[in-house]
Amino acid sequence: MKKLILTDIDTLIIRSMGIVSFISFFVGGVVAIQTALNMENPLLPRNLMGFATRQSVILEFAPTFISVIMAGKVGSYITSSIGTMRVTEQIDALEVMGINTYNYLIFPKIVALLFYPFVITIAMFLGVLGGYVACVYGGFSSSEEFIEGIQMDFIPFHVTYSFVKTFLFALLLATIPSYHGYFLKGGALDVGKASTTSFVWTSVAIIIVNYIITQILLT
Amino acid sequence: MIQASKMYKSFKDTPVLKGVSASFDKGKTNLIIGQSGSGKTVFLKCLLGLHGIDQGSISYDGTELDKMTPQERIQLRQDIGMVFQGSALFDSMSVEENIMFPMQMLTNKSEGEIRDRANTVINRVNLIDANTKLPSEISGGMQKRVAIARAIVMNPKYLFCDEPNSGLDPKTSIIIDNLIQEITEEYQITTVINTHDMNSVMEIGQKIIFLENGTKAWEGDKEEIFSTDNKSVSDFVYSSKLFKRVRTAYLNKRKD
Repeated sequence: MKKLILTDIDTLIIRSMGIVSFISFFVGGVVAIQTALNMENPLLPRNLMGFATRQSVILEFAPTFISVIMAGKVGSYITSSIGTMRVTEQIDALEVMGINTYNYLIFPKIVALLFYPFVITIAMFLGVLGGYVACVYGGFSSSEEFIEGIQMDFIPFHVTYSFVKTFLFALLLATIPSYHGYFLKGGALDVGKASTTSFVWTSVAIIIVNYIITQILLT
Repeated sequence: MIQASKMYKSFKDTPVLKGVSASFDKGKTNLIIGQSGSGKTVFLKCLLGLHGIDQGSISYDGTELDKMTPQERIQLRQDIGMVFQGSALFDSMSVEENIMFPMQMLTNKSEGEIRDRANTVINRVNLIDANTKLPSEISGGMQKRVAIARAIVMNPKYLFCDEPNSGLDPKTSIIIDNLIQEITEEYQITTVINTHDMNSVMEIGQKIIFLENGTKAWEGDKEEIFSTDNKSVSDFVYSSKLFKRVRTAYLNKRKD
């Protein structure tokens, strides 16, 4: 079991770091530039760019946007890998051997995705860093102004809210794609269809849970 | 010995098995034959407990499957080996890892003991220089050998094979058939083989059950199948000109 969990941590978490880092850095930069370009009034303080970037990244971009991307990357991987095992009778083979297939196939993925908040932590850091680089090196604000904005009116509960969401999204990312793969019927074409369906339903579930948690925790 | 008694199984409103009774003897290759859609695979999966049955009973060496405690069922699972139609090897594992897998999951033996046992069965099924290869890197015939090795690595009492020759050339098919028969006799396993390969019927049919539309239409062995007057069996087994000629020659020879 330990080996399975470590393999899944490597596949689902470590190997997602590249794409998550890349997207986070550049979207953080775009958020900062968009904020800067929309600040036409010269009376608005320049530190607002840092503030807006931090709020956008921590509250929504890192936990929600990255989770939707992960529904595509990790979710379709889980569905297709379990689904392929189903159509090639590998799951039947496990059952004939007397192995608990839920325990063997799904549980390690749930445990592995408990490390998902680490991915989101890095996404938050790189998103803000991307904003900093875009603002400072793009000539929209000074380094001091941006850092002042990042520190301005910081509410620690927003980070808690963000990680509560992340934890719930991790459970959705592990369970919905596993369900679509495990209960797959048909052949190779159906594996592809199930991957798409699982991405759609995981994304829908993430958006709905995001709305409910925001309503509960922030209002 | 495996005993199936008056088994009924339906999917939604479609009956697939309609009161099938059969027994499968220890140390023999027991064949289930029949046309596609006759219920062979469902029958096999019901025997394995992968599908529940609607009515009837299945017993393994006198103990009914439905009345077994969870512990007895776990033990039974460990006494069963299965060779799937498509081999069902784990793609991400090498040949050796595939064969070691059941022992790693189900026993407390050391890595060394497991590897030794795996290599014993690898030699038994004549898999040469394939230990580190992935299933995708070996031929269909070799994949079947790996599947057989994985099925017998735990010293099973019962071996089930779902169309073990599908996709194989005639020569490799006979090698696989003979391997299954040798293993069955050597380890005194109760072997149940699902097939519609007539070469297998003639080669290793020590006991043959013919299914037709979810019912048992005939039972016998490879000698009796030559002289049967059951039209369904004759139409199925001797559908090719070659087999018709073989049958005529066999019957003429017996008359002489």
